[in-house]
Amino acid sequence: MSVLVFSSLLFAASVAAGLLGAMTGLGGGVVIVPLLALLFKVDIRYAIGASLVSVIATSSGAAIAYVREGLSNIRVGMFLEVATTLGAVMGAYLAAKISGHWIAIIFGIVLLYSAISSFRSNVDHLVPIQPGTLANKLELTGRYTTADGIQAYSAERVPFGFGLMFGAGTLSGLLGIGSGAVKVLAMDQVMRLPFKVSTTTSNFMIGVTAAASAGIYLSRGYIDPTIALSVMLGVLCGSLLGTRVLVKARVSMLKQIFAVVVVVLGVEMIYSGITGRI
Amino acid sequence: MRKPSDHELELSVAGMLRFGVTAAALVSILGGLLYLRQPHASITRFQRFNAGGPGLRTISGIWQGAVHLDPKSVIQLGLVLLIATPIARVVFCVIGFARQRDRLYVLVSSIVLLVLLYSLSHGFQ
Repeated sequence: MSVLVFSSLLFAASVAAGLLGAMTGLGGGVVIVPLLALLFKVDIRYAIGASLVSVIATSSGAAIAYVREGLSNIRVGMFLEVATTLGAVMGAYLAAKISGHWIAIIFGIVLLYSAISSFRSNVDHLVPIQPGTLANKLELTGRYTTADGIQAYSAERVPFGFGLMFGAGTLSGLLGIGSGAVKVLAMDQVMRLPFKVSTTTSNFMIGVTAAASAGIYLSRGYIDPTIALSVMLGVLCGSLLGTRVLVKARVSMLKQIFAVVVVVLGVEMIYSGITGRI
Repeated sequence: MRKPSDHELELSVAGMLRFGVTAAALVSILGGLLYLRQPHASITRFQRFNAGGPGLRTISGIWQGAVHLDPKSVIQLGLVLLIATPIARVVFCVIGFARQRDRLYVLVSSIVLLVLLYSLSHGFQ
């Protein structure tokens, strides 16, 4: 196969991944690594390198839309980025120590979790601001507009959320993904921030988290320019397109189909890891 | 000087992100076009990992190649710009929090910046 054909196929597959990822809210990055490793037979280290680069592009590219909504919380994001970036550095170190088989197995488990968590019903939490709490001292509070007018909110269980964010960062650095599902879990379920605030702040954090392992990936040669270019441009085009058609399409049906694809990829990754094919 | 609000801070950050991603994409597309002009052999090498030389793994190596319009180096330069974009975002936040006189968050964002620079410093060897 010539480089041009290979790059074109990679680009097309990445557009599809970015489009479906944005439309369903699962994120395109999560299917890139299995796609490259299983379908294109690319070494998993090149796959996670290309995926990490595409994650930075989509997170940064989507930020402008989220910022206009005014829902992301810049202080909550920055505070938790201390945990995610430290985790990402550790994850990038682990990626060199752990064998490809284990990376494939862990990846499979994360895929299964992402598919399940996309169907969790969103109960909006609203923790009132109380003076003297840790969240208040750390300024982890904010306001957002709901149907009932402007509401003030605060975070809860800050140390637990911070710890889970370290784990999210480690997964990001180990697997080359944004690990948005774990970030949302930490903010929405643990810290009980409003759901919309959690998802938009998570997107904002993904780029910085990924950048923390990207330098280490680059120095190790995980980022191959030809693979990363096709994947990055493809996912970027797909996700920008996806956020535009989001409102028109029937998302729930699509979400179910994509979740099934993610589950199949997850099982395949675990199987390939155990049998040593990856 | 008037203190900027959080929303103004976020808007300036988002504008910077868009600029960074656009610049990175344009540089790497340019590299891709240069790459396609060259004759190529068929590829099998992606199935096996090979870290490659310092030319594509260090910032100085990438810069050297990109100046001479080596296609892969130009692509890689675009990708380095992309990696630098979130780092620039954190620098923006440090400055923004300083203008808001929020010392706690100047400290918090400086810690994040240090971790990012530590990671990037691997590329400077």
